[in-house]
Amino acid sequence: MNWLDICALEEINTLGSRIIHGPKGHIAIFRTSDDEVFALDDRCPHKGGPLSQGLIYGKRVACPLHNWQIDLASGEAQAPDIGCAHHHPARVENGRVMLALRDAG
Amino acid sequence: MKKLKLVMIGNGMAGVRTLEELLKLSSDLYDITVFGAEPHTNYNRILLSPVLAGEQTFEEIVLNDLDWYLDNHIKLLLNRKVVQIDRVKRIVIAEDGTEAEYDRLLIATGSTPFILPIPGNTLQGVIGYRDIADTQAMIDTAKTHTHAVVIGGGLLGLEAANGLMLRGMHVTVVHIGEWLLERQLDKTSGQLLQTELQSRGLVFRLCEQTQALHDAGNGRVGSVQFKNGDIIPADLVVMAAGIRPNTELAEKSGIPCNRGILVNDTLQTYDPRIYAIGECASHRGIAYGLVAPLFEQAKVCANHLAQLGFATYKGSVTSTKLKVTGIDLFSAGDFMGGEGTETITLSDPIGGVYKKLVIKDDILVGACLYGDTADGGWYLRQIRENHAIGEIRDHLMFGGSSLMEHALGDVGHQGQDKAMSMADNAEVCGCNGVCKGTLVKAIQEHGLFSVDEVKKHTKAASSCGSCAGLVEQILINTVGGAADVKPKSEKAICGCSDFNHGQIRQAIREQHLLTIAGTMSYLNWRTPNGCATCRPALNYYLISTWPGEAKDDPQSRLINERAHANIQKDGTYSVIPRMWGGVTNPSELRRIADVADKYNVPMVKVTGGQRIDLLGIKKQDLPGVWKDLDMPSGHAYGKSIRTVKTCVGSEFCRFGTQNSTQLGIELEHDLFNMWSPHKVKLAVSGCPRNCSEAGIKDVGIIGVDSGWEMYIGGNGGIKTEVAVFFVKLKTAEEVREYNGAFLQLYREEAFYLERTVHYLQRVGMAHIKKAVLEDPARRQALNERLQFSLSFEQDPWKERLEQPLLKKEFEVIPVKQLEVPV
Repeated sequence: MNWLDICALEEINTLGSRIIHGPKGHIAIFRTSDDEVFALDDRCPHKGGPLSQGLIYGKRVACPLHNWQIDLASGEAQAPDIGCAHHHPARVENGRVMLALRDAG
Repeated sequence: MKKLKLVMIGNGMAGVRTLEELLKLSSDLYDITVFGAEPHTNYNRILLSPVLAGEQTFEEIVLNDLDWYLDNHIKLLLNRKVVQIDRVKRIVIAEDGTEAEYDRLLIATGSTPFILPIPGNTLQGVIGYRDIADTQAMIDTAKTHTHAVVIGGGLLGLEAANGLMLRGMHVTVVHIGEWLLERQLDKTSGQLLQTELQSRGLVFRLCEQTQALHDAGNGRVGSVQFKNGDIIPADLVVMAAGIRPNTELAEKSGIPCNRGILVNDTLQTYDPRIYAIGECASHRGIAYGLVAPLFEQAKVCANHLAQLGFATYKGSVTSTKLKVTGIDLFSAGDFMGGEGTETITLSDPIGGVYKKLVIKDDILVGACLYGDTADGGWYLRQIRENHAIGEIRDHLMFGGSSLMEHALGDVGHQGQDKAMSMADNAEVCGCNGVCKGTLVKAIQEHGLFSVDEVKKHTKAASSCGSCAGLVEQILINTVGGAADVKPKSEKAICGCSDFNHGQIRQAIREQHLLTIAGTMSYLNWRTPNGCATCRPALNYYLISTWPGEAKDDPQSRLINERAHANIQKDGTYSVIPRMWGGVTNPSELRRIADVADKYNVPMVKVTGGQRIDLLGIKKQDLPGVWKDLDMPSGHAYGKSIRTVKTCVGSEFCRFGTQNSTQLGIELEHDLFNMWSPHKVKLAVSGCPRNCSEAGIKDVGIIGVDSGWEMYIGGNGGIKTEVAVFFVKLKTAEEVREYNGAFLQLYREEAFYLERTVHYLQRVGMAHIKKAVLEDPARRQALNERLQFSLSFEQDPWKERLEQPLLKKEFEVIPVKQLEVPV
């Protein structure tokens, strides 16, 4: 896996997110309250809303457009909604946010 | 830590709901064992009647399947009747010898039908109506036999009779009382019901007592004999003459009982390790037989079992509904009336409508509706909330919609305000495209009891919420008295907590809580950092209660209030600069035009609030746009002061009596940067022609020759609500003072996302008048608190241009390695 150094963890607010320009559009990187990071394509499976702009709680983000609840790790929408945002492996290493791009299957 | 052992005797709705509530609060406190006498998992007993009537199947009414017990690590012992509780050794023993130790014991054994002590009551074909086995026996008998007699003209008896009739039997209902459902209806409505059921084919024998049941000669019942000597044929006798709480087990173990196991306000019996809940329990002298109170008990009991102990049960106001398709009746509270009560009656025997409202000391205490029950939920709420009804008495009979609480002014569902008259394929929720049939099906199949549950499962009423009243009606129609139709003031804020908005506001104020984390910890939040519903609410409560002390948390604000612009469907934003009172000038217009050119703004539009909207701006461009505009934020995105709309008033208009433009500008300056529970819109008109549409604003001011009239609680959005006259004032100065006081009161007392109209409906006009009009000192104090609060706020656009840290929100992280050639 090809890990990319994105930024220092502090560059992302706790319970916040930042976006980077990916090769196929924006990728949102989220930071949870216990300093885990997750990365999803910045498109809600519902109507393409920018998930990076949502409110983050636990390991979920609420889409800013219609409040779909998306699991940060899997990208899966919570019932009763059905859909999945594409996710990328992400982790924190020595205080740096690392990302590996995963092709859409 | 070793887990405590919780044993539950009984596997019915009340008990299992307690476990569900407990698991929500604390999933790892107990090892749970459940003894069930029936061979089934928990099912929705109140839907046995639709099953009998052939409208639903057994599979559809299962509430918790085996997987649910497995997933929650609950040891389920079916077909095991517990016969002994050893309170010294703390074990329970089942008929087959199975034993289980307990640290806490929950008795939820329910009730059994009362079998009349008459000769022949043990013959084959004589049954009660309680469980799946009874229902199956009735369905089977209907296939092979003709005559059925139902003893008891109560809810259960009539539902049984109706079901048996639909399955082809000749059914006679024997009732000792003078009219049907005498616990739910008064005489007039009881007779209306009887007429309707007779026209469908049921036969009634009222004021009649059963003397004996006779053997047909083969061990099966063949006929019923009455006290007066009459004999009628009967192949099936269903006893529905009341229920008896199952207390033998508790009594045998020395737990005090008196028509139910005696419990206190935390549902504990005389032995504090042992709880009792549901139909077997007697609380303050009442053993409830309806689902809604049992669910309320379940919440309290779970709270105590989870060692939180702050919830108490004080009894319930119950409501009932007959689950016979096509018949609508509803009753709640003390609908019979009596000494010291007054009644209002509407009677239309030909139209088949009868309504009776019972009032005591200016408070609605009971309602009995037949034929038109659309307002049942609304009446139930009035009864529970104890509002004085003096002011609305003349409209009371016509329900919530006549008071503009329900459908009047609603849009999006073709003017429908009566869910019952809607076809199954009629759209109820216009935002998410949910039809009535879909809702009914979801309510039945998933066993839903509250509007929130319906929202979660179907999405109906989860967007704009204008159809919530219809959804509530459909819920009441489908599950009857079991519907949980609590108002927002009584509901928990969200799934993260058991506290309601009022309790949370109170805790923040009284405990001087200053952070979201601190509030969550003090109030035992179930989730580590809340959810998208509670965090924005907590953030508002903190900064509005403790201005200058509590720090605003941007991560707990939804995107619009974080970006200070309004997100659009494609992820771009709209920017609306402030134009005080809707007044602008050539220089501002030039800058707006230049910005539109520079940033290729795809659309420039005039808003309903007399502002100019620049749509389609990229987030990264927002700071640049703000800088180039050089105008303050219009707050068109926030739960905050939005706009003060004005007409040109006496300065230009030939009809104008007052300088409405100037007052509008002053009011807007007074409230600049004000966060509030929901958006706040004002309007000022210079004469009663009211060109600024002040009648549908949170605060509407109308100039008249002798001064200003002030109206509050209007709303032009989801529901059109007309503002109510508040006060007449002489000077513009006074208007500013009274306006500030009212809005500060709203800021301090309203629940998050409660518009002024709903706040007004909840607390009542008298309350607001008392605080703002009657007490000058209080009015001044409210204004001072508003000023104090606003002294910590500044123009958010300017703030973000000046502080680099805040600018980060608008920047994309540049990553070189990712630049892949296309």
